[in-house]
Amino acid sequence: MSADAHRTSFGVGHRKMAMWVFIASECMFFGSLIATYLAYEGRSQVGPTPQEILNIPLTSVSTFVLLMSSLSMVLALDAVQRDERGRAKIWTAGVVVLGGLFLAGQVYEFNHFHHQGLTLQTNLFGATFYVLTGFHGAHVTVGVIWMSTLLVLMFAGRRGPERALDVEVAGLYWHFVDVVWIVIFTLVYLIQ
Amino acid sequence: MTEPLSSVEETQVEHGEHADGGHASRGTYWLVAVILAIITLLEVAVFYVPAIRPVIVPTLLSLSAIKFALVVLFFMHLKYDKPVLTGVFLGGLVVATLIVLALMLLFGAIGPGSHNV
Repeated sequence: MSADAHRTSFGVGHRKMAMWVFIASECMFFGSLIATYLAYEGRSQVGPTPQEILNIPLTSVSTFVLLMSSLSMVLALDAVQRDERGRAKIWTAGVVVLGGLFLAGQVYEFNHFHHQGLTLQTNLFGATFYVLTGFHGAHVTVGVIWMSTLLVLMFAGRRGPERALDVEVAGLYWHFVDVVWIVIFTLVYLIQ
Repeated sequence: MTEPLSSVEETQVEHGEHADGGHASRGTYWLVAVILAIITLLEVAVFYVPAIRPVIVPTLLSLSAIKFALVVLFFMHLKYDKPVLTGVFLGGLVVATLIVLALMLLFGAIGPGSHNV
């Protein structure tokens, strides 16, 4: 098949363009969830409130972990493009481990909040907080599964430089999940 | 006169890859990661310093915007890719921002009669 057949009229690969369009739509999705959280902020009739329950040190560590997973992701792509297969496996495994750590922190946080009496039904804060951060966590989970699949394919020798676009598209998704968290961390956790 | 592509380059072009633009060096990626970590530390420090309370919202929003831009420009390669991809992303981002502002205005979280003052 000719090279042109794989490109849009903008000169960009179809899959890459599709991922960016998906990311643009995800901006609107998370924008709606963030807007709902902010619109209901401070309107809960009963506690626990964000000031009483949010754990800034723990979430700061989680944020750092997710940021470093983005570094690991971009280094994995770089290694794949250079055909450094050993490094590519190490950095991709790093993304899986760091993503898993972030999810573990979120599970701990949700469990702790549940024991503190904050559920989806407790108040407006609980409902909007769990929906927003829960959907983000679901995206991270999808990302971890995706990266694990890539890692398995790398070990099978099926993700060399000729398939770098697969890693690049997965990386775009992963970095987007990271930038969404950058916004959530600031608006939900730090600006109370 | 154009030089012939190597087999790897040929496959990459066929799959719509790097012809869209180069990527940063590893050193740049590490530098961006260090800056991101420092900004995160600053954000947490700002949260705990009472003297910054009056300007905490613009300060945190600015720091967050810098982190956002760094990840999108360098890790997502928008700085090096085709401008049309920046247009697609910014289009979604602008609509998302308008959604946030419109919903907050509708719910009275901002603007006249704001409940969150």
